[in-house]
Order: sequence, then structure tokens, then C-alpha cells
Amino acid sequence: MSSPAKPILQLRDLQVSYGKARVVNGLNLLVRRGETAAIVGESGSGKSQTVLAALRLLPRQVVTSGSVTFEDTELLALSQRRLNALLGRRIAMVFQEPMSALDPLFTVGAQIGAVLRLKAGLRRGAAKARAKELLSLAGIAEPERRLNAYPHELSGGQCQRVAIAMAIACNPDLLIADEPTTALDVTVAAKILDLLAKLKQSLGMAMIFISHDLGLVRRIADSIHVMRDGEIVESGATGEIFSNPRHDATRLLLETMPRARPHIRTDTPVLLRAENIGVRFALRGGLFGARRTFKAVDGVSLSLDCGRTLGLVGESGSGKSTLARALLKLVPASGMISFNGRDLAWLDKAAMRPLRRSMQLVFQDPYGSLSPAMRVSDIVTEGLRVHEPAIGRQERDKRAVLALQEVLLDPDLRHRFPRELSGGQRQRVAIARAMILKPRLVVLDEPTSALDRSVQTGIIALLEELQEAHGLTYVFISHDLAVIRAVADEIAVMKDGRIVEQGPAQEIVEHPREPYTRALISAAFQTGEA
Amino acid sequence: MNEPAPMAQLSAAAGALRNWSMLASLSILGLIALLCLIGPLISGHPYDQVYRDYVLVRPSLFAHPDWAEVEEAVSAMARRMHVRIEASRDGEIRHMTLEAAKPIDPRALRAFERSDLFAPARIVASKDEGRRLAIDVPLKRTLFLFGTDANGRDLFTRVLIAGRVSLAVGLLASFVALTIGVAYGAVAGYAGGRIDSLMMRAIEIIYALPFIFFVIVLVMVFGRHFVLIFAAIGAVEWLDMARIVRGQTLSIKQRDFVAAAEALGATTPAILWRHVIPNASGPIIAYLTVLVPRVILLESFVSFLGLGVQEPLTSWGVLIADGARNIQGSIHLLIFPALFLGATLGALQTLGDGFRAHGLRSR
Repeated sequence: MSSPAKPILQLRDLQVSYGKARVVNGLNLLVRRGETAAIVGESGSGKSQTVLAALRLLPRQVVTSGSVTFEDTELLALSQRRLNALLGRRIAMVFQEPMSALDPLFTVGAQIGAVLRLKAGLRRGAAKARAKELLSLAGIAEPERRLNAYPHELSGGQCQRVAIAMAIACNPDLLIADEPTTALDVTVAAKILDLLAKLKQSLGMAMIFISHDLGLVRRIADSIHVMRDGEIVESGATGEIFSNPRHDATRLLLETMPRARPHIRTDTPVLLRAENIGVRFALRGGLFGARRTFKAVDGVSLSLDCGRTLGLVGESGSGKSTLARALLKLVPASGMISFNGRDLAWLDKAAMRPLRRSMQLVFQDPYGSLSPAMRVSDIVTEGLRVHEPAIGRQERDKRAVLALQEVLLDPDLRHRFPRELSGGQRQRVAIARAMILKPRLVVLDEPTSALDRSVQTGIIALLEELQEAHGLTYVFISHDLAVIRAVADEIAVMKDGRIVEQGPAQEIVEHPREPYTRALISAAFQTGEA
Repeated sequence: MNEPAPMAQLSAAAGALRNWSMLASLSILGLIALLCLIGPLISGHPYDQVYRDYVLVRPSLFAHPDWAEVEEAVSAMARRMHVRIEASRDGEIRHMTLEAAKPIDPRALRAFERSDLFAPARIVASKDEGRRLAIDVPLKRTLFLFGTDANGRDLFTRVLIAGRVSLAVGLLASFVALTIGVAYGAVAGYAGGRIDSLMMRAIEIIYALPFIFFVIVLVMVFGRHFVLIFAAIGAVEWLDMARIVRGQTLSIKQRDFVAAAEALGATTPAILWRHVIPNASGPIIAYLTVLVPRVILLESFVSFLGLGVQEPLTSWGVLIADGARNIQGSIHLLIFPALFLGATLGALQTLGDGFRAHGLRSR
């Protein structure tokens, strides 16, 4: 910023409380015209609540106090009608989930058109022309055709572009983006980020960018405000925050960029070898359409030594998770899999059962992978019921305590239900469930992606500790190369069901051969190197 | 970012109100069940006893007979015995003097015994060679809290007995539907593919059978029997339950925790029992609370047609049908059973709503 422009939005002593719980506590924030301000903090720190409260979008029972001035207008005292006139026209929002931000029943064109007719007062024909223009501005190819598309026909990235097109429809002065890239693949997220920066530049609007990822906002933010527990603990220009962080919360957010795993080369026997693995799903055609098959995994071969970690990287839909399930014989697959020298291809379900003990799976979503109807102790010991049915209730309880202690959880948590635990705790329970059987191979399917950065580091440290202690072999799946680099000895990059590049971790990260790998790397490490 | 914690507090406040109404419905249900269980034992009237002298008596808190009823009964008795009766009003025991032209046969006094108002008479004195008898007749005190029906049976006892039948049919038939439906639906949903299609088509075929036709055929083959009602209603109502459970299973089996159980090597029955059914329990319980009142209504309908519970045994449906026929003269015959049925159904509905809302929240 060359000269301090006029303030466009100013929050003074903003407080938001739900009954007795105060989620935003005396918050002050100033955003100037044309500035990009980033609000960064972990989930639950009150970032979204702050902007929602400022725009009076929270449920009516929520008590908001303080002052919010947009230019010279006090928003908290404004009549609903005049507030509605401001929203959409002068202030616009982009949300995290692009799919749910669009109405599934209307075409893209109709939705943008509705905004234009209601807020900008355009006629139908003019609205359509403008909608087309907006779509091409938002970087959507063939805008003419896309106008008639329904949201489900578009990808997540395209939906987010449509949402952005809707937000900038009336040339707003202030754009609020609430984690606009979190739900997207890394390469798509990078493009959306570029788009937002470009639009901000060309339209001259101010932007409030909310994110949990400090690295992400570095590229576009002029100033950064770090939030924790409903308060801004540190504010400053972007460069200053990065070079000289003062508050612990900021340092924690900065530190959570995981470090690369030291390169060790040892000679150990092969534990898992897979050759030419293929998984096909039959898609039913239309009413009269022929059946089609979709190759989720197509001719993948890999081999993994005892005690080592294979990192599997790729965007969503690239077939990583399907491959992982195929390796454990949880989905029918063609090809040859040998585990510890035994060929698994010919084993049926019952013959696989004793082997299941030594090959375990940990899922991405700790909310979905624990049965909400079971207590933690029952979840953790379920494997024992299958593989050691002889042991009694007391012995099982004892083993549950040990397993929880091993993943650094308070054993008293075993009497709770999963919904009473935090995301990080749940993921530890899921790991304990896998570890109680003393497996040799653990497939970790995005074990950290649903968690906050600081929790992520804890889980990764735990996984490495367990690997060391039990000589475990990991297949670690992630879309985030930064995480993969931190844990993996070898990396395999997947795209459209195939492995496009494979090799030692360091080599892949430092000398990628494929353009796709390069795109992933630049998306993951954009903060450090860009 | 959505931050769920504050919203959870708001919904907890809304939940407290629902909890209160759920508690109220539970206690209403408990009260009705308790009444139906022990009420008939202490009401003092067998449910099938006919009081010919108390036909269509209005509900009252005081014991019968009152003075007017005694007067009327005495004059009726005098006409029948061809005597003149003078009765004195004297507490529990009536002193009466009977006069006639011819000597009175003491056996004629049995008429008092047969009456519902009096206990057996005792001759105190006999004058004029038996033409004049002085007798003592104690009154029989009876209480009809809800009045009596057109046959002179105590409505209070009958409503409670009917409640036993209705609740038993409701619970047992629902239990039958629950067991079959949950097992069938879970298996169909979990197996998926061709087996699922086959099992669901079978359900649709059974759906196509008209219910009443089905009941009539059952009655024709096995004859009228109490158990038959359970069987018939249960056999029809499990279809919906199976569909609901199948739908739940289809979505639950996609969840990660089922895949995790498979990865642990758990067998299919174990997965169904430990993971699928407990997690489908919200909708199952909610549907059950809709099912019980529906079954009670169905039973009433079947009984109304004369295919269900037979007299003198009764159910709320039968009593209401009966009351509806007498709506002009004695509305209490309709009001009391309807009140009990309505309270039960309402309480069950409220419970169901509560469970449904709870199920939504925990998801």
C-alpha cells in the first residue's frame, strides 16, 4: 500500500455471544479501500463468526454488540431493508463449500441472472449478457455453454468460480472470502487464489480473506490478523508477520509447515508387492444407455519394503483411496498382490480374515470412521473381538487402556462416545484401533487432512513414533505434498488411476520430471519458494 | 469454516423443551399402562358382568343406587310381585312392608336377590297369615366411575380391559414388525445388488395385497383368534420398517466405520449387529413410535369390522365404535375410550417427534 487509503470497513469492540459462550471477544479490525486483509486462525477461533456477525448473518438468538462501520454506515444499527440493499451490491461473500453455496435446482445462468436482476436492476437479456461476461471474467471456459449448466455438472473449482462470478456481479467494494479454497484440490486452489488476486487488482475492491492456512494467504494478503479464542492476537503487514512473528499463536501457525524426513537407506525385505493392479467400477448408463466401466485404478505396480513409508500423492478422484482399499483387498481388483511373500489374489474373504490382523487402515475423516453409536473402548477393541474372541471383558478393557496410552490419550476417554472428542482425539482413537492388533502394514488414507495444522503435526509425530517402536510399514496417502515430504521415504504420484511418477522422496520433490508433479509441488510449497 | 459449538448450545436449549414434553408423554403412557394393568383388579366389576338394572348409567363419583333409583326399583318390584310395598328411608338397610290380598310366598323375595340394587332380603315379621311381611333389605352399593354401557356393563373396567388389548396388540404387533422388518431390511440393504432387488420386489408384491383381504383369508383359514390379529398386522406393517431400515443400511454401509470394521476382519453378521443396526436406531425408534399408534388404529378397524377382538372382550376401537352408535343418548360411551386412545396416541407421537429430532441432531 503506497498511501493509506480511506477505511472501508471498521469493527470496533465486536462481541458475539451464544448464550453464555462468547465466541468473539472485543475485536477491532480496520480494512482500507483496496486492501486485502487476511484473518487467520485455527478452526473454532471465531474467524467466520466475526464476519458473519459484522454482516448480521447469524441466527437471531445470537447477541452481537460493538460497532461495525462500512464507510460511514453503522451496520449493526441499520434497518434490515437497507442492510439487504448493501449486501450483494456493495459487500459480497464467497463461501467455503462451493457446491452447497449454489442452488442445485437452478442453472448457473439463472442464479447469476437473479443476482443481476435483483441487485443491479438489469433486464433479462442484459442480465444474460452480463452473466456470460462475468463467467469469462471468473475464468470459466465456454461461458455460453456453462450458463445452462446445473451446479452438479460442474467441478468443485468451477462451482467456486461461479460463486465468485456471482459475488463480483455488482462490482462490490468489499469481497469477503471465507476459506474459499479449503474444499478444493491444491492445484485448483492455487488457480482460484490467482483469480481472486487478479480480480481484486482489476476491480479495485477490498478483500477480507479468511483462512486457517498462514502459508496460503502470504501470496495475496497485504495485512494479516491472527485470531485465537475470539480475539485478534497479532496484526501486521504480511512481510512483517512472516519475518518477525511476535505472538505464540502466529509462531505455531508458521512452524506447522512440516519439515522434510531425513533420507535413510536401509536394506530390508519386501513386505508388499503389487503388480498391475486394476479396479473397475461399472457405471450404469441412462435408461437405455449401455453399461460403461470406469477404471478407478489402472495398471498400478508398486513395492514396499518393511519399515518404510510410501507416500501416495494425487488430487481427489485420482484413485489413491481406491488403490489403498484394493491393496487391502477391500474392493475387488485385478492383478497380483503379495503380502509378506503370500499371494493374496486367490484368498477369499474367510481366508483373508487371519491376515487382516497384520494390515490395517486409518481413514481421513475421523468423524466418519468411528461409529457414533459405540463407546471408545468398544471401538478400539473391536479388532480383538474378531481376532482374539477368547479374551474376556476385563482383559479387553486392559488392552484398551494400553492402546489409548500408546496414542497418548487419557485412558478415561474410553467410556466416552466419539462425538464428545475433538478431531485430533478421534484420529488418535482410530489409530489406536488399528494399532491394538499389532499390524505390520498400515494404510493411512489422508489421516491428517481433516485436522488443523497444529493437530496435524501431533498426529504425524505420533505416527512416526509408532513406526519406530513397532517397525511398521506405512502407505501414506495425501493430496498435500508438504505432508508427504515430511513422512515418506518414497513417493508415488497418481493421476487418473495411474502412477505417473515414482521414486525416492527427495528426488521427486527436488527434481520432478512430470509437469503434473511440478504443479503439485508449486501448489504445496508456494509459500516457501514462490 | 463452520463452528458448531455455539449452535449446539442453542439447539440444546430447544432440546430442553422437547425433553420436557417427552418426559410428560412418557409419564402419561406409564400412567395409562399402569391403570390398564391394575385398574380392572380394583374396580370391583368384572369386565363382562351385566347389570340389568344399570343400563346406560351416567358417569358419577357417587355410588349407586341413589334414592330415586331405589324408589323406581321398589315400584317395579311391587308390580311384578303383585304386592304393595311401603319402604322406609333408613340408611343402608331398608325396612319394607309388603301387603297383598293373598298370602305372600317367601320365595318371591328372591326377586330382591336377583336385582342389582339389593342384597338378599330377610323376613323380620309375618302378619295376617303371611299377607303382610316386614322385611329388611340391605342395599348393594356399586360405583360406576365412567357410567355403564347399553348392556349395563361398567365402562371404567371395560375401558381399562380394552386398553390392555389395544396396548398388547400395539406393542406385540409392532414388535413382530420390528423384528422382521429390521432383519429383512438390514440384510437386503447390506447384501445389495441382485439380492437386494429381489428382496425389495418381494416386498412390493406383498404390498399389493389388500390388507383386509389378507385378514379375511387368515380368518377363513385359521378361524377367529386373538393371536391372529398380531400375526396379520405384524405381517403387513413390517414392510415399511424393512424399507426404512434398508435405506438406512444403504447409506450406513458407505460410511468409513463399516469399511474400518471390514478391514478389521469383522464378519457380516457382526457388522450388521454392531454397526449398522445401532446407527440406524434413530429412525427405527422414530418409526416405531408412529407404528404403535398405527397398529392400535388398525386393530380398532379390524375389530370394528367384526374380524378382530370379539365380545365380551373389547378394545378401544370397539368401544369407540360402540360409543359412536350411542352418541345421542349417552356421549360418555364415546368420550372415555376416545380420551384414553387419544392420550396414548398423542403421547406416542410426541415421543416419536422427540426421538426423530434427537436422531437428526446426532447425525
